[in-house]
Amino acid sequence: MLEVRDLAYRFPGAEAPVFEGLDFTIGAGEFVALVGGSGVGKSTVLRNVSGLIRPSGGRTTSPQVAERGTRDTAFVFQDTRLLPWRRIRANVGYGLAGLGLSRAEKRARIDEVLTLIGMRDFGPRWPHAVSGGQAQRVGLARALAVHPRLLLMDEPFSAVDALTRQRLQDELLEIWRRLRMAVLFVTHDIAEAVYLADRVCVLRGAPADIVFDEAVPAARPHRRNDPDLQAFAVRVADHL
Amino acid sequence: MAGGGNSGDARGGRALLRIGLGALGVAAFVALWDAAYVFNWAPRGTLPDPFAVPGALLAEWRGDRLLPAVGSSLVHYVWGLGVGTVLGFGVGLLSATSRVFDDAHYMLARILRPIPPLAWVVFAIAWFQVSHAGAAFVISIGVFWVNYFATAAGVRDVDPRYYELARAFGHGGFIKRVGSVTLPGAAPGILSGMRTGVGQAWMTLIAAELLGVPGMGQEMNAAAGVGAYDAVVVYMLAISLIYTLSDGLFALIEKRLLRWRP
Repeated sequence: MLEVRDLAYRFPGAEAPVFEGLDFTIGAGEFVALVGGSGVGKSTVLRNVSGLIRPSGGRTTSPQVAERGTRDTAFVFQDTRLLPWRRIRANVGYGLAGLGLSRAEKRARIDEVLTLIGMRDFGPRWPHAVSGGQAQRVGLARALAVHPRLLLMDEPFSAVDALTRQRLQDELLEIWRRLRMAVLFVTHDIAEAVYLADRVCVLRGAPADIVFDEAVPAARPHRRNDPDLQAFAVRVADHL
Repeated sequence: MAGGGNSGDARGGRALLRIGLGALGVAAFVALWDAAYVFNWAPRGTLPDPFAVPGALLAEWRGDRLLPAVGSSLVHYVWGLGVGTVLGFGVGLLSATSRVFDDAHYMLARILRPIPPLAWVVFAIAWFQVSHAGAAFVISIGVFWVNYFATAAGVRDVDPRYYELARAFGHGGFIKRVGSVTLPGAAPGILSGMRTGVGQAWMTLIAAELLGVPGMGQEMNAAAGVGAYDAVVVYMLAISLIYTLSDGLFALIEKRLLRWRP
């Protein structure tokens, strides 16, 4: 699905790369969490993978054979980034332009994902009229609307309260179970990573590299209080 | 419900009080003006009797001078405002989106900007003679700068994170980016500039017409020439009324376009 080889990135004007020599792969339908401390370059990895910024070295290869009406990758931002001048429906449909869909197909696609996130009736609202958790759901719906084969999520639940966060995690897992796209999920929260992911990678160092890459040793569905998951979380923490 | 009703009553009462105090302010001003007229605080014959203004309005109306003057001024206004707004918006947008254009014109802009629109009157006469086009030209200059700076600042202030979003969702091309992010994001600043331009155009209009082009400015000049200062006040009040209407209309359009704001 996605193969990253020897990836490096140096910010313009910086002396040293933020990371270099990154190697990892993500299989079709696999849920991978990328964990690391603040400023280690997790979000920068996502931006490289998505093509938003050009790597200084190495390469990322994904099939690049997006079918009509789909995009290869879609991004969910930490700050939701809803366009305040577009209603919720228009925000959800933002990525559908240029995909060869008819107007009716776009409408159906928007309805489909709004239903998926339980916000079917919120379409006519403006972004300022929804809560933080709802805004994050809309950000997820916008990404899901383009039927991506790889979903890139940049600490999407870090700005919401703990209760909403758990609810959003469960909703994401339910959506992922139904759609089975690959997910690369960046977080600094180890408990979140081991609860959500099939595999956890740890990014550490300066320049950073992946120092830990292991499958989560528990069958799905994961339980938050599973002793195996908690022991695994301790092992992940040891590598941070 | 009772609380809501009390709150509504309080708001209604406050609005009535505001209207009452406003009317009182106007009445106090007219009284002061009348006192100045009665006690000759201004050079004799240069300050009209406020209570003679309605009669002067009737005379200007019956003399078939008021409406043609208003119509002529509106022609200058609409052309000057339209041309200045379109050019100011276009050049402002270009300067904020093209580094090359910005570099190429910033020095010229700094040289031309401080020149007041009325300083161009001599060139307006030389190029367009005493004509509608000349008046519109002078008006358009002031409007141009207001819109140029408002648009450039508005576009530069758009949150760059929205451009990253646009690239991530297939709107990275210039046209799509400008249409989906730049213009709506900069709209509050652009519309604020346009509204300022609506007012600025009226400020410049009368002065531009003083060069002799038919319109309210010329009528004011002619009336002042024969000491008919009450007629001058009629045209001043006409300008005030038309400005209030045009500003109110623009405020409605602005509110509609920016209805997405909380």
